[in-house]
Amino acid sequence: MNIWDATFWRTLVWRGGVGAVFAVVLLPMVAVVWLSFFNQEIASFPPDGYTWRWYVNAWDQKQFARGFINSLQLAAIATVIGVTAGTAAAVALVRGRFPGRTALSGLLLGPLAVPGVVLGTGLYVFFVQIDNAIDFQIVATLPGLIAAHVLLTIPWTVRLVSASLLGVTASVEEAAANLGARPFTVFRRVTLPMMRAGVVAAALFSFIQSFENLELTLLLVGPGRSTLPVEMLNYLNFRVDPTLAAVAAVQIVLIGALMLITDRFVSLSKVVS
Amino acid sequence: MSSLSLQGLRRTYSATVAVDRVDLDMAQGELVALLGPSGCGKTTTLRMVAGFVLPSAGRVLIGGQDVSRAPPYARDTGMVFQGYALFPHMTVADNVGFGLEMRRVGRAERATRIAEALRLVRLDGLAERRPAQLSGGQQQRVALARALVVNPSVFLLDEPLSNLDARLRAEVRVEIRALQQRLGLTTLFVTHDQEEALTMADRLVVMDRGRVRQTGSPEELYERPDNLFVASFLGRCNIFRGTVERPGRLRAGTAALPCDGGAPGERSALVVRPERVAIVPGEAGEGGLPGRVGLVTYLGGLTDWHIDTPAGPVLVTRPTPAEGDALRRLSPGAPVRLDWTEAAGRLLADDEHTADKHRQGDPR
Repeated sequence: MNIWDATFWRTLVWRGGVGAVFAVVLLPMVAVVWLSFFNQEIASFPPDGYTWRWYVNAWDQKQFARGFINSLQLAAIATVIGVTAGTAAAVALVRGRFPGRTALSGLLLGPLAVPGVVLGTGLYVFFVQIDNAIDFQIVATLPGLIAAHVLLTIPWTVRLVSASLLGVTASVEEAAANLGARPFTVFRRVTLPMMRAGVVAAALFSFIQSFENLELTLLLVGPGRSTLPVEMLNYLNFRVDPTLAAVAAVQIVLIGALMLITDRFVSLSKVVS
Repeated sequence: MSSLSLQGLRRTYSATVAVDRVDLDMAQGELVALLGPSGCGKTTTLRMVAGFVLPSAGRVLIGGQDVSRAPPYARDTGMVFQGYALFPHMTVADNVGFGLEMRRVGRAERATRIAEALRLVRLDGLAERRPAQLSGGQQQRVALARALVVNPSVFLLDEPLSNLDARLRAEVRVEIRALQQRLGLTTLFVTHDQEEALTMADRLVVMDRGRVRQTGSPEELYERPDNLFVASFLGRCNIFRGTVERPGRLRAGTAALPCDGGAPGERSALVVRPERVAIVPGEAGEGGLPGRVGLVTYLGGLTDWHIDTPAGPVLVTRPTPAEGDALRRLSPGAPVRLDWTEAAGRLLADDEHTADKHRQGDPR
């Protein structure tokens, strides 16, 4: 290694840059996990000791467990609906030739561009209007919340599935049709397996999006059906101890595990890049 | 009843006519090549037979049955795609078995027929591989086996050799032809490579701008082209333009060139194949076309002489003369006289474009 060599400096700057980016991304998570073990109630630095008791406290707060179950249920249903509809839409957008295709594609990606609070407020007003007009209650019901979360899962699915569908050459589908496969069989036996990675990734990201969503949910959630992020915010109204950090740490571990497991079956890095 | 019949086939895309008035009747076991430059409509024609493109007008009959509007899965065709289009997520055996599965062939019979098809293309032993683990030539043979195993009424090949290197291409060409003849498959083959078409096909259909320009055996098309397009697309040729002086003579500038007939006063184009031209060294002698030797290209068994004449540059191809032959000593600038028989000079209407004006200089 020669410090007078330009390559040396280039490598150094490159590695330093990459390291800095990783630090910015990962440090907050490390900080949260670290904080969850601090002994004192009001977080201060340096810690005067370490403890498990915030985890015990989190376990004792029954609303967290309830919220967790609610969130899981909501995210699962929203993911199934969103990924099914989003995949169908992606197939139509990539393979179909119809007027308004670009407009539709923009529309389906739209929810990504709208801030959650705005989306939530809009949906709230819309739901109330429906309620007034036809006397059908959607606000504060589970179906209403699911519908809202489907809006979060569709853009991800459309993006990820479209990307992986572009990698499936149309002639492979034609080959299947030529061999006697009807359109749905072509999709089931050829198209779907070939874009499996995209669909799995879409499901994963949709699930995470829905599971951790606060802004949208806050405005539409009904009493007794709070999700975990909403319960965490509620807790924050009364206490500011590291219990929330403990809950967050558990979430980080769970989502991390989910990603690792998924990555074993389909290579996520290939789909997302 | 013909095996495959195309009747007045036409396809338009908004204002463009991709294929127009294509007629073809194929006998059982015949191999017909659709040949033409890119964009001539040959692939669109093939795709209309397979059912991926619906004709705007005309009919497609397979075994006498009108399938013009039938979806691809309901037509009994077996197609080999240009990029092979193998299913990357299936093994070789599953790829080959897919068509059988769609036809609800039982598992045991399927296994036998897969093994048989793989043996036919000499791929036995690779059944459990994935397409990505095979070489280009092997993938090609999987694609062949996959299309053949279902015994299609019509076998369709879309530029199947274009992704192979030159050596392999010559090999696979022979293999496909042998297989096709052994199985008696009615085969429609799309290619832009004239050598491929000439060596493999029973009949050629030369297409240009959506139209059929001539249909016939390789020999007919090469020896007796109907028009300048076919003459210049198939093989190399010399083209002279002029007026017929009397039957058998075309006046091109100062030269009177031998040709096969013609009506006096007619403006015509004369096509002469380079290998039909004789070179006589020296300035002496009468008739024929005087000229001077330009570039001489030694090709091993053959030699190309580029001769400058008053009627323009002329390409002559001849077996390389023996050591000591007078022709062998011709160096650039030497005077020569070119001649050919009347029968070798094909007279054609001079009313259209040629496939490639620079083909004369093409080293192929």
